[in-house]
Amino acid sequence: MKGYLGVVLVTGAFVGLASLPAPPLAAQNKATATDVPVIPHEAVPGFFKNAPGIYTGENMGIATNSKGNVFIFHRAYETRLFEYSPQGAFIREIGRNNYGFAFAHSVRVDAQDNIWAVDEGTDMLVKFAPDGRVLMTIGRREDPIRTLANMPGAGVYHGRNEKYRFGRQTDVAFDQQGNIFVSDGYFDARVVKYDKNGRFVKAVGTRGNGNLQFNTPHSIATDFQGNVYVGDRGNQRVQVLDNDLNWKANYPNVGNPWAVCVSGGPGPKNPGKQYLYVSNSWPDSAPAAAAEFTGEIYKMELDGTIVGKFGRGGKAVGEFATTHQMDCRDPDIIYTAEINDWRSQKILLKPGSARTSTN
Amino acid sequence: MSRHTVAIASAALLLMAAAYSMPPVAAQSGVPELAFDGNADILRTPANIYVGEVGGVGRNSQGRIFVYTRTGHPYATLGDNRTFYRGGSRLFEFDANGKFVRELGQDVYGFNTAFGLRIDPQDNVWTIDGSANQVVKFDAQGRVALVLGRKPEAIAVRPAAPPAAATAPAAPAAGRAGGPPPGSGIPGSTFFQPTDVAWDRGGNIYIADGLGANNRIAKFDKDGKFIRQWGATGAEPGQFNGLKALAVDAQGNVYAADMGNKRIQVFDADGAFKTQFSGVGTPTALCITTGATPYLYVSHVGDQSGMDDATIYRVQLDGKVVGRFGSAGKLSKEFGVANSIDCRNENELLVGEMSNWRVQRVTFKR
Repeated sequence: MKGYLGVVLVTGAFVGLASLPAPPLAAQNKATATDVPVIPHEAVPGFFKNAPGIYTGENMGIATNSKGNVFIFHRAYETRLFEYSPQGAFIREIGRNNYGFAFAHSVRVDAQDNIWAVDEGTDMLVKFAPDGRVLMTIGRREDPIRTLANMPGAGVYHGRNEKYRFGRQTDVAFDQQGNIFVSDGYFDARVVKYDKNGRFVKAVGTRGNGNLQFNTPHSIATDFQGNVYVGDRGNQRVQVLDNDLNWKANYPNVGNPWAVCVSGGPGPKNPGKQYLYVSNSWPDSAPAAAAEFTGEIYKMELDGTIVGKFGRGGKAVGEFATTHQMDCRDPDIIYTAEINDWRSQKILLKPGSARTSTN
Repeated sequence: MSRHTVAIASAALLLMAAAYSMPPVAAQSGVPELAFDGNADILRTPANIYVGEVGGVGRNSQGRIFVYTRTGHPYATLGDNRTFYRGGSRLFEFDANGKFVRELGQDVYGFNTAFGLRIDPQDNVWTIDGSANQVVKFDAQGRVALVLGRKPEAIAVRPAAPPAAATAPAAPAAGRAGGPPPGSGIPGSTFFQPTDVAWDRGGNIYIADGLGANNRIAKFDKDGKFIRQWGATGAEPGQFNGLKALAVDAQGNVYAADMGNKRIQVFDADGAFKTQFSGVGTPTALCITTGATPYLYVSHVGDQSGMDDATIYRVQLDGKVVGRFGSAGKLSKEFGVANSIDCRNENELLVGEMSNWRVQRVTFKR
């Protein structure tokens, strides 16, 4: 429940922190996988270049489009969505002051290069055309009048499970038919499927640790066959569902998955062999000890076989300061959006020279 | 309560008693589907100006389109022991083709939660705001010409502990023994979530008030001087359960969308109950055309997602439902919470949608 922390701090400013109970800090766990080969990696230093006066805040989401442009969805003075060139130069802002942006959580690009912003402050998905126009929304922001009646409130789990409203949903993915999959979230515990026109198809999941139960489903990805990979963060596992949201498998050995990513991009062209990347992210602003055994990112076969891992928690170049989302369109180029240090990184993998580690 | 209001209330009670035995017209089956085209992609804004939930849309005499929309963010400002609320809605002007022209009312005090917009016959633009509790009139040049109601100075900030049920602020004195009945409001412009504004030919102003603690219609003269009010919370004739929209016909009759009671009530200009009819689902937006054969358009919103249950009815002014068009959804010819209708052109409506963040142009096929 690390994601609560930011909310509590922000809303705490309204009433004075002293009146609020200390937020719960769940432990980030050491992955149980052993003898995992280390994949050499390096970060491109200073890859993302903002113009003077332009800042990103907590980098929550990152995604590339088919042309290699990069989108970063972040929490600054406002929640904002920036577009960068394939060389990392700031191009423009999208979605400034739209009604669906209050607290960024992730961003994804679909097969038509539309940009989907996932905002957990408004409980909304906003689909932008490549030119920045709004094409569709899913979910509805709480009526401000009701919000006012409940201010400030950090909110609580409700398990409301409504077709068209979310409970701090966390991420979105698409299959080759354009169906939309949403991981939802902090205040619900489920995966929701919509058709390409935004019409509800199905939802599965309740809160718990059994199969088809979730404890903060925090990240979601699909493979080319339409299988769905859910980062079931609180349950320390990746839960795999088929396209109809039936349970298929659990991958329980890679820590608490904050971010999952399947290589190849959203299609429709055949992506080649696909890999699953899973980040056991290091939670900064948590007990420092966790930095010793978290922060690494796993590369896996789609069947859960671990290929290797790279990185560790930290703020130096090439370390990961709470990876919150990854882009892995090219399986050897990983973009990381990192909450702490207010940054994103471009990571180059050298998979040919993996070596075995002892930890 | 003044002697004047007592007299009006007594007259209204008599009328209500007379009307009480008359049940609402039953829902009408077999309503014909009206053939229409829908263009849901008409508004064009510059980069980083976004239309959000459309509280209200209207056209002026030149066909220019005005949109009052929930966009951007409501902000809380920390004051000295009090918290203030600002932002959250904007007013945009577009040309007849939907191209952005300009913004009006930038950073005004009372743009918080867009509930509605209407254009009067003189091309003034009226915004209705549900959390500022205000109705603001802008003249054709965009200057503020009249402000009805006052924005609450500060907002209630509660401790983070268990979320209390959302309750509307209580109207002072309402419902006390010997006092006026609940929801009848304070004579004047103390609104609670007002929803709509309409005018008669004399320029008198009618305000639907609203979705909060009040369930009344308030009438003002053209200069904003209070004339009278009627209504209270309930299900009897002359009572409302969520007063969502108003329209006035050429004879000065006032049509009120009584959302919670799923009916339209009709009053004369003095508030005397005339008739009521149902068969229009949950009425959410109203508009009366001005042609030789006027029709009342009523949007039905059956669910707040805008995905399951919606249509728009065409109704004769005697309450007979003569047609319907559209359903819930996100595609063209579907409507996501149609919160306002502009029917200045009787063959081409504009429908403002909340959940779909858009204005849809509806053209009837001949």
